[in-house]
Amino acid sequence: MSRLFLYLPLALFALLAAWFAVGLRHDPSRIPSVLIDKPLPEFSLPAIEGHDNALSSENIVGEVALVNVFASWCVPCAIEHPQLMKIAAEEDLLITGINWKERPGDGAAWLRRLGDPYNYIGDDADGRVAIDFGVTGAPETFVVGHDGRIRYKQVGPITEQIWTEDIKPVVDQLRKEAEK
Amino acid sequence: MKAVSLQFLIVLMLAALLNMAAFAVEPDEVLDDPALEARAIEISRNLRCVVCQSQSIDDSNAPLAKDMRVIVRERLTAGDSDAEVYAFLVDRYGDYVLLKPPVQQNTVLLWAAPALVLLAACIGAAFFLMRMKRADEEAGDTAGDNAKPGL
Repeated sequence: MSRLFLYLPLALFALLAAWFAVGLRHDPSRIPSVLIDKPLPEFSLPAIEGHDNALSSENIVGEVALVNVFASWCVPCAIEHPQLMKIAAEEDLLITGINWKERPGDGAAWLRRLGDPYNYIGDDADGRVAIDFGVTGAPETFVVGHDGRIRYKQVGPITEQIWTEDIKPVVDQLRKEAEK
Repeated sequence: MKAVSLQFLIVLMLAALLNMAAFAVEPDEVLDDPALEARAIEISRNLRCVVCQSQSIDDSNAPLAKDMRVIVRERLTAGDSDAEVYAFLVDRYGDYVLLKPPVQQNTVLLWAAPALVLLAACIGAAFFLMRMKRADEEAGDTAGDNAKPGL
């Protein structure tokens, strides 16, 4: 009996080692969003310079939509941008943009240069709406169902792989739900 | 002349030290009401900068931390209690935004861990001491036995 006792530290060590091994596989910089399955925050933003379509939550509720937080100063946004253009060309999907903490005119110039995938763009110069969305950096993209609830959050650029494997299935599912 | 420049240097160095202790709060953010400002600083120290993750928003120069500091001050000026200010940000960023995790179902183990480890150590120590005592007594008995023939 007391012999078995000797193995207790070893067993404890093995348990902790297994625990930590699992812990190492988690990415600590990934912050789960508390907004999943919650209704979209209510907001109303002015249009960016040279654009007519301002963005408010009313434009989004009732449709399956992407809400993409972007800025011209954000390097990964430029990497993501061609994929958004592709989605806009291939899919019949409402794509909205929140132009985050941008100097007047910079966002519009950026879109003139790279192309404009957005149906509506809101100018969030003071970053207040981004905080309502719990944004921690750009780009971030929210998938919103037709009932106005946020169903998915993508942190970082949407790549082709992330679109086809993670986001598009959610969008397709939400469209099916919308048809019912 | 030399002495003056030395004094000047010391003052400069002290000023640099003071600077290091300063927080990221910028002058235009500071509230006029010192009581409110004190509450704002206290709250900001307990809120995580979600960009830098291991700093409080009071320490961080990140633009998002500044936005959050401004929001904290706005809410306080609007008459929110401290709890309401925390709740405002937790609603948006989750418990993660709090540097000190609240005691609740999924954190009970975390908070209880130090006490549990201490308890385990005490039990272990008690066992060890009991065995030492028993070994001592047995050793004492045999020593007594051995001593007799020598007498």
